[in-house]
Amino acid sequence: MSAALALLKRDLTLSWREGGAVGTALGFYLVVVAITPLGLGPDLNLLARIAPGILWVALLLAALLSADRIFHNDYEDGALDLLVTGPLPLPLIAAIKSLAHWLVTGVPLALLAPVLGLLLNLPVQAIPLLVLSMLAGTPAVSFVAAIGASLTLGLRRSGLLLALLVLPLYVPVLIFGVATASAAITGPASPWPPLLMLCALSLASIVLAPLAAAAALRTALR
Amino acid sequence: MPERIGLAALNLSCQRGGRIVFRDLGFRLAPGQALLVAGPNGAGKTSLLRQVAGLLPLAAGEFRLEGAGPDAELPELCHYVGHLNAVKTSLSVAENLAFWAEFFGANSARVAPALAAFGLGPLADLPAGLLSAGQKRKLALSRLFTTQRPIWLLDEPQTSLDAASLILLDAAIKDHLAAGGIAIVASHVALKTKFAHRLTLGQERVS
Repeated sequence: MSAALALLKRDLTLSWREGGAVGTALGFYLVVVAITPLGLGPDLNLLARIAPGILWVALLLAALLSADRIFHNDYEDGALDLLVTGPLPLPLIAAIKSLAHWLVTGVPLALLAPVLGLLLNLPVQAIPLLVLSMLAGTPAVSFVAAIGASLTLGLRRSGLLLALLVLPLYVPVLIFGVATASAAITGPASPWPPLLMLCALSLASIVLAPLAAAAALRTALR
Repeated sequence: MPERIGLAALNLSCQRGGRIVFRDLGFRLAPGQALLVAGPNGAGKTSLLRQVAGLLPLAAGEFRLEGAGPDAELPELCHYVGHLNAVKTSLSVAENLAFWAEFFGANSARVAPALAAFGLGPLADLPAGLLSAGQKRKLALSRLFTTQRPIWLLDEPQTSLDAASLILLDAAIKDHLAAGGIAIVASHVALKTKFAHRLTLGQERVS
């Protein structure tokens, strides 16, 4: 247990000290959302209707920007070899590193979304559901990204391949995420069924994705 | 005191990229014995060490632990110091070592003596990114002292080390062996350690 906490604490410290990954993700999120209205024109009704979709798509892309770092640094400097000889099973190591990615990327992105919603004329009554849907859906984003990160370990320009591998897997998260947030805007449908589906997707990813990532890591270490 | 365990390897083979690196290799190490793995580049020294650490699958053969508990796992009995130092440049020297100590389940009180083992005590608060290659190597070797593990796997441990540090390394291995530990060292350079066995790869001869 203390080994797991030590690893989580180290990963959080490293991303805080190095800062680049989180800062880039947040900056990318801001830029994508800020330029979208410029491309669509000043139709406030249109913007309000599509705001949840734009915020969700931008969040997925921003989260993927830092995804290749989940294992890359530890692989490059040999720390992954040592983690494997430690007391934790490899799937647990993958899970902890995915959790750290969620804490430093998914959570800040979800909390930044309401502010960026202002740029898109997002109705105020949709904000709580939007943030809730993102907090419920982003664990799936980070844990599935870990599968892609472990599969592309050791490749050059792995970020692009990672996006190709992982983005299709985000389709259910995107659909249910947007459905949850839109329920408050477009009306009478209840937001709870899609929100519960999002929770289910996240829980399933938390359980299954580390197993897949661990299998890919084993191959990468050979 | 580390556990007193013995390690035997039977008929090991290693295959990399379809090519057989070595085959039918065996050795038996009693507690307190060391094995020097020698051989030309590409003979499979690193592969052998990674097999012991559980990082590389065995193409054939097996490892047997002697005198270990029933649920002992070979990789968890090993300290592996490979070519890469696993040093995080944005953490301080002490933080680097403290993480590994905590991760391997050691008391945090062991960090200071482990740092002192290779004379890194005065550098404890320095960011590890500022260390020289030799100092980073010493930091990686200091990990050996955070937790007691009976098997040391050292892959070219003398890389970048100065003469004074080589003497410390020799002494460290000697103390480890005297306490009943096992060391498997892959090295080109003659260390002063008394190796009970010598395995020359690329010629498939054990003496």
